[in-house]
Amino acid sequence: MNEGLNKPEYEIPPEMKHSVAITTIDRIYNWSRRSSIWPMMFGLACCAIEMICTAASRFDLARFGMEVMRPSPRQSDLMLVSGTVTKKMIPQIVRLYNQMPEPKYVVAMGACASGGGPFKEGYNVVSGVDNYIPVDVYIPGCPPTPQALLNGLITLQKKIDTQSIRDVRWYKKGTSETIPVPVLGPDIMDPREYDLLRQYTFQKLNPENINQPSVAEQEKGS
Amino acid sequence: MSAQVVTENVDLLEKFPQSVKQDDRAGYAGYIVSADHLLEVVRFIRDDMGFDYLASITGVDYLPNGLMEAVYHFYKTSGGPGLVIKTQVDREQAAIPSLVSLYPGADFQEREAWDLLGIRFDGHPDLRRILMWEGFAGHPLRKDWHEPYYEEEGKPYKSRWPEGKVYRREDKNPFHKNVDYPAGFDPDKWVPDDDSTLYASVNKISSAGGESGIKTDYVIVNMGPQHPSTHGVFRMVVALEGETIRALKPVMGYLHRNHEKIGERNTFLQNMPFTDRLDYLSSMSNNFGYALAVEKLMGIKPPERAEYLRVIMAEFTRISNHLFAIGSLLNDMGAYFTPMLYAIEERELILDIFEATAGSRIMCNYFRFGGVARDLPEGVEEKMRDLAFKRLPRKIDELDLYLTNNEIVKARGEGVGVLTPEQAIAYSASGPVLRASGVPYDIRRADPYSIYDRFDFDVAVRYHGDVYDRYLIRVDEMRQSVRIIQQALNGLPKGPIQEGKPQYLVRVPAGEAYGRVEAPKGELGFYVVSNGKANPWRYHVRAPSFVNITALETMAKGNKVADTVAILGSIDIVLGELDR
Amino acid sequence: MDGIGIIKGLGVTLRRFIATYVDDIKWLGRRYYKEEGIQHRSSADTDGIFTVQYPEEKIPVPEEFRFIPFLVYEEKDDGSVFYRCTSCGICAKVCPTQCIWIVRTTDPRTGRPVPEPAEFYIDVDICMNCGFCAEYCPFDAIKMDHDYELAVYDRHANNIYDKKKLGKPVSYYASIRPTNYKREEELRAEAEALKAAKKTPAN
Repeated sequence: MNEGLNKPEYEIPPEMKHSVAITTIDRIYNWSRRSSIWPMMFGLACCAIEMICTAASRFDLARFGMEVMRPSPRQSDLMLVSGTVTKKMIPQIVRLYNQMPEPKYVVAMGACASGGGPFKEGYNVVSGVDNYIPVDVYIPGCPPTPQALLNGLITLQKKIDTQSIRDVRWYKKGTSETIPVPVLGPDIMDPREYDLLRQYTFQKLNPENINQPSVAEQEKGS
Repeated sequence: MSAQVVTENVDLLEKFPQSVKQDDRAGYAGYIVSADHLLEVVRFIRDDMGFDYLASITGVDYLPNGLMEAVYHFYKTSGGPGLVIKTQVDREQAAIPSLVSLYPGADFQEREAWDLLGIRFDGHPDLRRILMWEGFAGHPLRKDWHEPYYEEEGKPYKSRWPEGKVYRREDKNPFHKNVDYPAGFDPDKWVPDDDSTLYASVNKISSAGGESGIKTDYVIVNMGPQHPSTHGVFRMVVALEGETIRALKPVMGYLHRNHEKIGERNTFLQNMPFTDRLDYLSSMSNNFGYALAVEKLMGIKPPERAEYLRVIMAEFTRISNHLFAIGSLLNDMGAYFTPMLYAIEERELILDIFEATAGSRIMCNYFRFGGVARDLPEGVEEKMRDLAFKRLPRKIDELDLYLTNNEIVKARGEGVGVLTPEQAIAYSASGPVLRASGVPYDIRRADPYSIYDRFDFDVAVRYHGDVYDRYLIRVDEMRQSVRIIQQALNGLPKGPIQEGKPQYLVRVPAGEAYGRVEAPKGELGFYVVSNGKANPWRYHVRAPSFVNITALETMAKGNKVADTVAILGSIDIVLGELDR
Repeated sequence: MDGIGIIKGLGVTLRRFIATYVDDIKWLGRRYYKEEGIQHRSSADTDGIFTVQYPEEKIPVPEEFRFIPFLVYEEKDDGSVFYRCTSCGICAKVCPTQCIWIVRTTDPRTGRPVPEPAEFYIDVDICMNCGFCAEYCPFDAIKMDHDYELAVYDRHANNIYDKKKLGKPVSYYASIRPTNYKREEELRAEAEALKAAKKTPAN
């Protein structure tokens, strides 16, 4: 966001002098956070194998302070979505995400987690985990090699470096919003979309209403 | 194995003239049995003809004929070619008698056919959906069922070229997601499945199995789908009495990626890279099975050098897979990650070879119909030799030395999760699980494919059928694989690697073929039906992990809950193939 | 005896620990941050520490390594570029995930197709890196890249690659796949010589 602020050599205008201390705290705060990201031990598919290899001896995640893989979402900072996200699994993923404490990050590893990947056209595949939870870094590739994953994690560290303790969401007032867990219906249903859903199925029931603007068009207009 | 009277050359047609007829469609083989007499005929096949092993059940939707067909592949564990029988029923009221009473291994495969094709199996003890969830609209593998992102029946799609204006498929969907809902559906009236039928089926089994006579309530524990020891997104529902398992139901489908539906949209060649993602630990073996099935249909054979390269790659895959399996089994037993680190190190060196030859570490996409994609680049053969003759034998011995007599491995492995040979055959277990139970059944020997009949190797067998033996058999198999690689490297001929010119649109004559290989996890079969068009009509994968997991409950019953983790690890499942 | 297994197990780790230093002394100064050191650590003779310290050290990718495809263009002397692609559409047809979109150029006067793509897209959120497009391209116009450092913060803006983003010069292709490039150039020269030989008698 404002990368220059994080550098000590940044010349501070006189009227901003009072904020010097806070940028320094930002650096320490971000440095300590970025160097001890604990990922959740959470493998979905093929990419998980590359994730395990990254954690193993050749690539060694421990060099980044990330070797502590926590099976419990309560103890982890980073959700590495490593593989195809299916409709049957997405309620669980959203639930796990909601259980993670702030600050939390999500990395979509590989084509499947980013946008559906080769299995996108499948009837049980979610077109990208970002349909349901916010994603910080996307790593393309099918699968990304361990070095590509490390590159993605370094990209995440860079993002952490740019955050400031003053405007991060987890120190804002009020509780953080939980994402409503999708429901397994005749197809996966997002509780936030029930209005649209009713409209859509009703329209499908009465094809003679075809002259009325379709849901898709209404969406576009709004 | 029980002594069986095997009457060779019994003609099914003579024995059952009323209910059996020859399948005389062009390109098809086997017999068609009427659904009413299926059980009777199958019992005869099992008891009198000696086909004790039900390898695969496949449902096929013949929409133009209005028929739903179930295809059964039987084999003998003593070896030899198989027997194919089919049952055809009306598509709208598809109901076929269940074979679970004769072959318990039919359990999950029948549930899969019910889930995806809507074939009802009468007499099945627990016919629920298996890959999709209860309440999902429709049976997706039916030919008239269309997915939300449906474009055309088969690839290549016309919207890509020559007027290929780029778009994301979700942009054309009103929800901007991969969803579709039936007309008139009201979300407010919907009651999502609360797993009550699942828990009821666990309870039914557990209350029947009470021994003490005192009525006790069992505790139901869910393990997974997010659990560090389930090797992915797998879920087990366990009924416990104290710490002892009384019943267990696997719940799967959390990684169901619609491999078969996509496979039927793809052209034959396009399926090759998709098979990589089935068992993503051993992609070369998956390529092998699929290439064999389609080559059978096309009636071609790869040249010598390609055959050798295929065998070398498949055996390297076996080693890398078993290394990973042993590493994760030790993880599950509590030796957290240290043995895994050493196992992965050797695996990385094998992956380097794959990366240099095929282009990718784990998604090799190396096999083509009638050959392989490319020859070995410079220096790779040298690397292979270094590994096969020097490093791997030493490292396998090292692994053996450090782990085999380890007290913890023995204490947690010996006598745990026992599967008797009779059970293993009945449950259609295959691969290391079957051989650890004392059944010397290895497809490379029993029904040789490719050029395996030229190599000198032993079929590894162990006799206790417990976790420890399933660990040992993997060590044995790695040694045998090294032997095969050594022989193949020494005999590697020069010459072409591809039969004919490489083609991206292959001509596949109409017909059916079942290609099977001994994948590292067991029998991997591909059942492919072609109708002469560019895309397969039916593409079914008989995944070893999926069928092996049928025996999980039998192995786990009576053990402690902590042992399920080790038992599951010893079966060596991989979710990409289990859920497809 | 109980405990032997644990001692043995710890022994493996200890041996590995010592082997690292033995190897360090043997390869004094050449083991880390040097190409030959990385090669040695990836060979069958490696002993001791196995780690390659990305991003300071990188495991060199083999020539056949494939990641996202790219389009090869040739640079003319006047600085203009010309893509080898003729928009024949084979890559779009063979692509298993159907992640390639091509718009063919038509000549505005004749209405005939021109052998050059007007637009060329690859959705890397779908691409499975299988390499079929490069394998079956008859013009050596699409090849698989070696660059894997592609992580982004926003996929919607970045992950559909257009013709410009996909294009890379021939010199780059020659640098990442020297043997393939050499073989193809030889074949091309051969084909052209054959063509020329055919043409001569006709004149």
